[in-house]
Amino acid sequence: MIQETTREALQSLFAESAPAVEVEAGAPRGNGVITRDYNAHGYHLDAQVAADQLVAAVEIIDQAGFFIESITGVDWIKENQLEVIYDFSRYDFDTCRVVIRTRVPRDQPIVPTITTIYAGANWHERETHDFFGIKFAGHPHLIPLLLPEDADFHPLLKDFKA
Amino acid sequence: MSAPIQLQPGETFILNVGPQHPATHGVLRVKMEMDGEYIVKAETVLGYVHRMHEKMGENRTYAQYLPNLSRLDYLGALGYTHGHVLLIERAAGIEVPERAEYIRAITVELNRLASHLFWFGCYVMDLGGFSPLMYALEDREYILDMLEAVTGARLTYCYYRFGGLYNDVDDDFIEAANRFIPRMRKSLKKYAALVTGNIIFQKRLEGIGHISAEMCRKYGATGAVARGSGIDFDVRKNEPYSVYPEFDFDIPVYHECDSMARFKVRMDEMEQSLRIIEQGLAKLPGGPIMAEKKPKNIKLPVGDFYQAVETARGSFGIRIVSDGDKNAYRLKLRSPTYSNMHLFDEACEGMMIMDALAFMGSLDLVIPEIDR
Repeated sequence: MIQETTREALQSLFAESAPAVEVEAGAPRGNGVITRDYNAHGYHLDAQVAADQLVAAVEIIDQAGFFIESITGVDWIKENQLEVIYDFSRYDFDTCRVVIRTRVPRDQPIVPTITTIYAGANWHERETHDFFGIKFAGHPHLIPLLLPEDADFHPLLKDFKA
Repeated sequence: MSAPIQLQPGETFILNVGPQHPATHGVLRVKMEMDGEYIVKAETVLGYVHRMHEKMGENRTYAQYLPNLSRLDYLGALGYTHGHVLLIERAAGIEVPERAEYIRAITVELNRLASHLFWFGCYVMDLGGFSPLMYALEDREYILDMLEAVTGARLTYCYYRFGGLYNDVDDDFIEAANRFIPRMRKSLKKYAALVTGNIIFQKRLEGIGHISAEMCRKYGATGAVARGSGIDFDVRKNEPYSVYPEFDFDIPVYHECDSMARFKVRMDEMEQSLRIIEQGLAKLPGGPIMAEKKPKNIKLPVGDFYQAVETARGSFGIRIVSDGDKNAYRLKLRSPTYSNMHLFDEACEGMMIMDALAFMGSLDLVIPEIDR
């Protein structure tokens, strides 16, 4: 039930022409909502949004009563992009896992913060900043969390050399 | 001799709890701004045992990464390795024999019991009662002996394999586990009389460390922290995996939102784990413990895969982004205590310092699991 209503709410962020079908594995995909096979992937909805749509998308998720699981990044060095992945899940028995992702250029990795919506995003965003150097605009305290306090390197970038 | 420092009324001072402090059970530091004995503001400082397990996940093959998982949470390690093998089996489409899944469930629950027992003993010791730790460790020793006999390790297990298990359980294990269950039930009664019913203990925990259900949601708290705040959430029930749907067990939930509620949740969970172990031993099917059709070198299809499991501390999630190679392109570990600890800063504001430490213990922290 919640899966359908959340999918429709997220779909409203996009123009009608946005693809809602599963694209071929590995092929680059456009922004839009995809319903995934839970048994194969472990989550139900997979939405890719533009960075400026992110706060609107997370607000939809928040209003639907989801809790935040985690935030992380992926370095797509071949496409010269960084991806930020947000995981949300539910406490009730209407099981639905939602993944929201957004991609930003590698040389200008700026994403708006969602700490104003989910207070628990604070550490997750700091950790993602540690590992990938992604800047979360509006974050109240973007200093290293797990790395040393004077760390100026981002170890999960694919061109990181120890 | 310098003159004693006099604070003006309303003036605060900074107190460092940790990184080497017995109440934090590991290298965790909390920077507290204090007004006398009251906490004005707290800031948790992490990273003292950070080992970059996620980078290691990119450098090693999936099988080589197995031992890493048991070095996150050294008290309930089997739950974490379970998550990893389930994810690989899901993504690669490997069928696991029923016997192997039953043995996994039995051993994971034994490990959960061991973890809860250790937490119980240490927590009561934090609050000033030393003897219950000795009883708890004695019970835990039986579990560690049983697990050592089948897995070959006492804490950092590497027992599960993709498609099954490394070793089958023997009659000795089954007999020992069957003997352990009534013994443990007797112990739980003893703990209830000795600790839970103790009026001093109750006074220290009741009404202390209030966490609302909404706060749990905003921080993503799971496990006993969420269940002590009236949230009926357990991955084993909400998102069933392995053979858990075959078992009849309950999820203890308390609505008081305080440290006592979280304490009671874990104490009740021990009985539920015993029920699962009892049913698992009774139903344990025969057959192989390893999948027949299994590629020698595991490669995952291109894609993004996620698996959540309920560990002793809450919902542990593991994500693998695969580019089709024999190791992960990106591997993310979502650790439950990370989210549970995060709400400490906000929840302990205005608390007295000794209450805050009693509250911290009720979160059941394992620091290497936060820092990864």
